[in-house]
Amino acid sequence: MHELAICRSLLDQAEAIARTQGARAICSVSVAIGPLSGVEHPLLSRAFSVARCGTLAADAELLVEATAPTVRCRSCGETSVVSVDRLVCGACGDWRTDLVSGAEMFLMSLELEIGDDDV
Amino acid sequence: MCETCGCSVTSGNEAIAAQPLHEGVTTVEVLDRLLAANDHEAAHNREHLDAHGVVAINLMSSPGSGKTSLLEATIAARGARLRIGVIEGDLETEHDAERIRAHGVPAVQITTGTACHLDAHLVHEGLHALDLDALDVLFVENVGNLVCPASFDLGQHFNVALLSCTEGDDKPKKYPVMFRSADAVVLTKCDLLDVLDDFDPERAEHFVRELANPAPVLRTAARRTVALDGWLDWLDSAVASRKRG
Repeated sequence: MHELAICRSLLDQAEAIARTQGARAICSVSVAIGPLSGVEHPLLSRAFSVARCGTLAADAELLVEATAPTVRCRSCGETSVVSVDRLVCGACGDWRTDLVSGAEMFLMSLELEIGDDDV
Repeated sequence: MCETCGCSVTSGNEAIAAQPLHEGVTTVEVLDRLLAANDHEAAHNREHLDAHGVVAINLMSSPGSGKTSLLEATIAARGARLRIGVIEGDLETEHDAERIRAHGVPAVQITTGTACHLDAHLVHEGLHALDLDALDVLFVENVGNLVCPASFDLGQHFNVALLSCTEGDDKPKKYPVMFRSADAVVLTKCDLLDVLDDFDPERAEHFVRELANPAPVLRTAARRTVALDGWLDWLDSAVASRKRG
């Protein structure tokens, strides 16, 4: 259950950015997660609902964009979308491939509520 | 991975990276790796190790696969030639560090409580408890777990994943994140292969290749020092490659 540790780190990053922007609250946090990052979406979402308490993101929504494992073959050069446990070339079957997508663990963007000057 | 800045934006995912997810003036595009604080500390650990000429090897596996036994046998075989230190990660107890210290090798025990993995901050604390000038190789024995440790860079130079023959030869397929990241896969307890009819080392290697991983798959039996040659040869060349670099 390392998703909780990842959420705490995510919220630290998000709060630091929100403060820099003078935000009153974080409305949503968008992340891109590949299945080869080792992070499970449902666990991340559940951990987020706990970890956000007491932060600027206390009412924030976590938006998760899943990326598909995609490899480029070193032998034939083709690019193919593959399954997470079998990263071989979909065209020629060679296992010597490079992962071009699927291991991402990114904080993509934040929606911030910017404080009013007259408050 | 991008070779310029170390980020994970590639030609395959730059489209999603550049895509604004929401309209509106309050949206701030960030595009930063999660675990940035851990990765920063890991880079710091690696610099610190490099400055002292220490090669760090992260040992990962499920509990009971024989990480500590492999270390004990490695110390017995290479202790005279390589100055070895160990950071032990466990939920509780000093047992593993005590086993290592009994061989005259410095060992720092990190107890994580309920945490299922080591992170770069914990390893940083461990580094400060060791005299790095007196070491050639530092083994970090991660918490026994085939899932969580794979997501955290510690500052190591090499990842080694252990797989014991009693666990099943399809573990690389079941835990692709862990086995994809391994620079070497060590099959342990191979002296039991004769009595196990359901573990095929070649099938295990096949599943590692299907993860596009060229890592050597090395058969060992730590209780029989004669069956460590492949592993010790890999270790010698790994240390030599870093020392040259």
